[in-house]
Formats: sequence, structure tokens, C-alpha cells
Amino acid sequence: MSKDRSEEIRRFNGPLRGQALFAVVFVVAAVLLLSQLPSETKWAKGTKLFAQPRFWPAVSVVGMVVFGGLHLWKLPRRGFQRVDMIEWKLWFFAIEYVLWFLGYVLLVPIFGYLPMTVLLMVSLSYRLGYRGRFMLWVAALFGVAVVVLFKGFLSVKIPGGALYEYLPGAVRSFFILNF
Amino acid sequence: MDLLLSSLDILARWDVLLALLVGSIGGVLIGAIPGVGPAVAIAILLPATFSMDPIVGLTVLLGIYGSSMYGGSIPAILINTPGTAVNALTTYDGFPMTSRGEARRALSLAYSSSFFGGVFSVICLILFAPVLAKIAPMFGSREIFLAALLGIILVVIAHRGQSLIAAALACFGIFLHTVGLEPVKYSKRYTFDQAWLSSGVDLIVVVLGLFAISQAIFLLQGQDEKIRLTKLRGGMFQGMRELARHPRVASASASLGVVMGMIPGVGEFTAQFLSYTYAQRSSERPEDFGHGASEGLIAAETSNNAVPAAAMVPLLALGIPGEALTAMMLSVFYVHNVVPGPQLFQNDMDFVVALYLALLILNVFVLIFLLFATNQLIKVVKIPNRFLGAAILTLSFVGVYSLRNSFTDCLIAACFGIFGFVLKRLSLPAVPIVLGMVLGGIMEVKLRAGMARVKTPFDFIDRPIAMILFLMILGVLILHFRYVWRDRKSLKEAKWQAKHKSTSFAAQMSRRKDFLLTERGKKLREKRSKYTPRSTGKNSPR
Repeated sequence: MSKDRSEEIRRFNGPLRGQALFAVVFVVAAVLLLSQLPSETKWAKGTKLFAQPRFWPAVSVVGMVVFGGLHLWKLPRRGFQRVDMIEWKLWFFAIEYVLWFLGYVLLVPIFGYLPMTVLLMVSLSYRLGYRGRFMLWVAALFGVAVVVLFKGFLSVKIPGGALYEYLPGAVRSFFILNF
Repeated sequence: MDLLLSSLDILARWDVLLALLVGSIGGVLIGAIPGVGPAVAIAILLPATFSMDPIVGLTVLLGIYGSSMYGGSIPAILINTPGTAVNALTTYDGFPMTSRGEARRALSLAYSSSFFGGVFSVICLILFAPVLAKIAPMFGSREIFLAALLGIILVVIAHRGQSLIAAALACFGIFLHTVGLEPVKYSKRYTFDQAWLSSGVDLIVVVLGLFAISQAIFLLQGQDEKIRLTKLRGGMFQGMRELARHPRVASASASLGVVMGMIPGVGEFTAQFLSYTYAQRSSERPEDFGHGASEGLIAAETSNNAVPAAAMVPLLALGIPGEALTAMMLSVFYVHNVVPGPQLFQNDMDFVVALYLALLILNVFVLIFLLFATNQLIKVVKIPNRFLGAAILTLSFVGVYSLRNSFTDCLIAACFGIFGFVLKRLSLPAVPIVLGMVLGGIMEVKLRAGMARVKTPFDFIDRPIAMILFLMILGVLILHFRYVWRDRKSLKEAKWQAKHKSTSFAAQMSRRKDFLLTERGKKLREKRSKYTPRSTGKNSPR
């Protein structure tokens, strides 16, 4: 006899799509971490239980397995449906913006903070569909403002671009220090 | 008096005042833009404040923390979208007022209530500070461990209906804290022989990933909304007069905000919920709540603004953050070698009072700014969401990369960004991870120190405060399990009520079978009775 879970689904806090996969991956990861507990932590002889280097990793990983497992067990729907696939696709496509971010991180030390920030803002705005001249100018100005504020005024630690080395004398050091 | 003067002396510097001004106005702006919020802004600005003086860095962050809720009420009232999560309750009564053409009255009332809540809590805490200074030294390792444990339990059970996954995520946070070299025995924990994991997972990297990058991805993947703003008519000062007509609701809400703010892990949502419920129950017209009741707006805004100052109490007195924002601030303290805890209250009381005074001054700055600049400020609501996403992604880089100029940090932050994005899509909380990381570290150190002098388990709670905290933990757990049991019971009842005879197929088949058998039985008995008539005494042969 199949169990009627419509009441649990109605009472569930949040969307159901994607929950099952998240819970399964979480529990599997926690179980894998638990299996690595003996090799990845040490048991110090002659030390009390609460001072053991293994104590807190064990508490946390066991907690992840137990609570994650209970969460999975209490889910109103554990099977996968078409709506879940759509959700997974959304998660997957989010990687595009992570790649934009990582590309930016890799290129800043080569081309410099100012040129890359302006380029990122303008190209990302173009990619997002803001193709009018006004929005592209706003994006470029925002890039300049961020660099001037953080590197120029607040002096955050971001190295000058390798390309700045080719600039003439005084301009070179000005760019390395401020942009 | 001397204490107040020495605290004012700490603040009487142009850079501190500038930081206050920038933080408060910046906080209002950030709060007014739906989709940014103080957590994102503080996460991004955190590394930039490391190079500043502790008081300057902290005032900027405090400014953002304390003033973002003022700004958050603007979109909540005008376009029914809360600027920060804690302004959600403001939409209940704020937006209906806007729909009636009373937008300016609602805004004015929200500002006045927020100001009252902020100032009330700061004054309470300044008066309460000497008492705290006496209580704080009574907290030893065991008490701090128990307070941290209570904080983590409260954070978990505050996520009603999601407490299991919140507990799992809090454990994940504790696990993240344990990765790297163990500080006493110097043994590696979960490094998988990777050099980049030896130094552990940085809290700021995780925070930036979970709050800033995830929010950027969330906005980038979303859609821009068309926003129509209402024209503001009327005076901005009428809110003060209206607030004065509801002193009971305002003071009760502010008091609830102070009390709830001081308890780690509880925060604005509970304070607002309790205040709103109180205001509704004690109102002469409870039916107006949710349809533009001024008392509802006062309760929501007063209580949420009373929380930031109160939330600084467990952070400063015990070194225990009660929420993600104060957890981020804790890292600023550590960077500047200012260790929050009982010693801070004993030795640097003027520093603590200076922070409270800073909060008081920022409330004044924000109110003045809002009374005169609301007309211009409401335009920030129109910034397209996806463009905001691109801006947050660019700003996240500053936060992560400026820490150590490390690509690995950025990669870890990006991974946590995806993880945070998935959590957001599933409406699961990210805060337990951050608090697990911070409180996990505190619990590990304090439990080790506390257990060193303990012979029997009862020794751990033989001091009065330890016993009170232990009883509080027990009480909270009992209340939670009672709630779970009641919830389960009501679920069963709802199921039974919804389940009538026709819903179960198997039961229907069973009834059909019984019916057929009965019918068949009747027929058979009838048939047999024809051939073998029932014997009666009259017909029977003698």
C-alpha cells in the first residue's frame, strides 16, 4: 500500500524540487568523510577523550551523517521527477558565472586590476543583455569606481598587473600603486 | 561619567566619525537595494577593514549592520519587497499603507520606530554595561562552552521545519573548522595530504562564498523586475507624533528586541514575531493587522532595530556571536588582537561603551539622512537585479583576493558560492554553517580547557552560571521536542481528517470483497433454504 504524503508535502518548508538530490549527495559525502576518519585524524595516546584531535571531527562528521540521514528520511518525496531535472540544470548553468569569476581572478595579475575590472563589468553586462550605450558606460564607470575606492583609497592588497611593467617610469609606479 | 567621557574620547576622531558617516549612509543604501543586504556588504568589506584601526573598522561594519534595516524598510513599504530579510514583516502593514496612498506616512513611521528601537536598546545596554562587567568574569571555560552550545542549539531549532538540515549544516560548519592542523597536538585533520588544506579553511573565504558569490549567482540567474514607484506626498515628521501615540507597543517591542538580541542564535525574526503577536493581541483593532495597521509597522520596525546593539552583548562579553553578521565582526576583533570576552569588559570598558555610543550616533545620522534624502534614495530600488549580480561578483573578488592574493582561496570561495546558491534555491539556511565554524572553534578550545579540571561529569555544571546554562539547554531541548511531538500529532490528525473511506484503494477493495461475500452468502443461504427448508417443530416427524 503506497503511503499518502500529500499532507507532508503541503507542510514542507520550501520548494521540494532538488531537495532529494541535495540530501543524497550530502549524506553520501558525510559517509565518505566518516569512512576517512581513522586515516585522516589521529588518536593521541594518554590524552583525554575531549582533548583528542579526533574528537571534534568525529562529532561533526557523525552529526552530518545522522542529521543529514534523518533529513533525507523525513523528506516528503525522495524520488526524482522531471521538475528535479530542471532544477539540476539550473545548478549546472550557475557554473558559467563561477568560470567568469575564476577567469577574472586568473587574468588580474597579468593585465592589471583596473583593465580587467572594467572589461569584466562591460563584457558581463553585455552578456546579461544590457547592450545599450548607457548601461555599458555605467558598467565601465562602476568598474573604475571599485578600483579607485578599494585600491586607491582603501589600499587593499591586490598586486599590480604584469603588463604595467611595460609602462614608462612614473606612470608605471602610479599604476602599480593605485590601479 | 568618567567612563562616558573616556568613551567619547575614543570616538572624537575625524576618521572614526567619517567611518560612522560612511557606514551609516552606506548601510542605508545597501539595505534599500533588495538582493544585497548587510551580510553581503560586510563580507565584501571585511578584508578592507583589516588595515584600519580596530575602532574605525568596527564602526564602518557596525554602521552597515545598524543602519541597513532602516534602508530595508523602504522597498518593503514601497514595492512590497523587503530590502533585507528582516524587513519581511514590514511589508505586511507597510505596503497596504502605500496602496492606500499613505507611503510617506508609512516610511516616516518606519524611520521613527527604527530610531526609537535603536536608541532604546543602546541606552538600555549602556545602563546595563556595569552589571555585565560584573557578570562577565563569572564566565569560565565551562560556561563559555555551554553558552556556545546553547547558541548553536538555538540557531538550529530557530529554523522551524528545517531543524534537521540546519543541524547537519551546523555540523558541516564545525567540520570545516576542524580541517587543517590541530593546534595542540599539531596533527593533520582531513587535509588529504594537500598542502593548501594544512592551514585550514578560512572563515572569510567561506562567508564570501556563501553570502556574496552565491547572491551574485542568484541574481545573475534571475530576472529583472519592472518596478513602479509611488510618489511620496506629505511630511516626514508625522511618524514621530504617531509613534508617541503608541508608547506601549513601541516600548514592549523594543524591550523584546533587546532581550531576544542578547540571546545567541535568536535574533531579529523571533523578536519581530513576538512583538507583532503582542501588538496584535493587545490592539483594540486586531483585524487591521496585515492591512496597514500602524501598530504592526511600529512593532516590526522597533523590534528589529533594537537587536543589533543587543546582539553585541554576547559577542563582546563572551566572545560568542549569535548570528552570521556578528560572527564576521568577531574576525575583525581577532585580526586586531582585541579578544572579546570577560577580559574586554573588565579591562576595556571604555572601548565597549564607545561602540555603543557609535551605534547611538549612527542612529541619529541615519534618521537625519533619511528625513531629507528619501526622495533621492528610493531611486536605488530601480537598479536592475542582474546588473547588481555582476557588481557583487566584481566586489567579491576584492574580498577574497585581497586576503592572501591566493587563487586557491578564490576557487574555494567559488565552490562555496555554488553551494550557497544551491542552498538559496532550496530555501535552506547558510547561517548554521558560519556559526558552526565560529562556535565549533570556541567549543573545542573551551571544552578542552574546562575538562582539564573536571573529575566527575557533575563537576562540569557545579557552578551557578554553568548550572543555569545547562538547565537552559535542557529546557530549550525539551521545548523543541515538545514542539516536534505536537507537530507530528497535528500531522497525524490532519491525515486522519483528510482520509475518508474512499481515499484508500486497498480499503475500498476490502470493503467490496466483504460486500460481495455478504451478498453471496445471503444468496447461498437463500438457495439452500429452498431445498432444505428450515425445520420447525410443527413439520418435524414424530
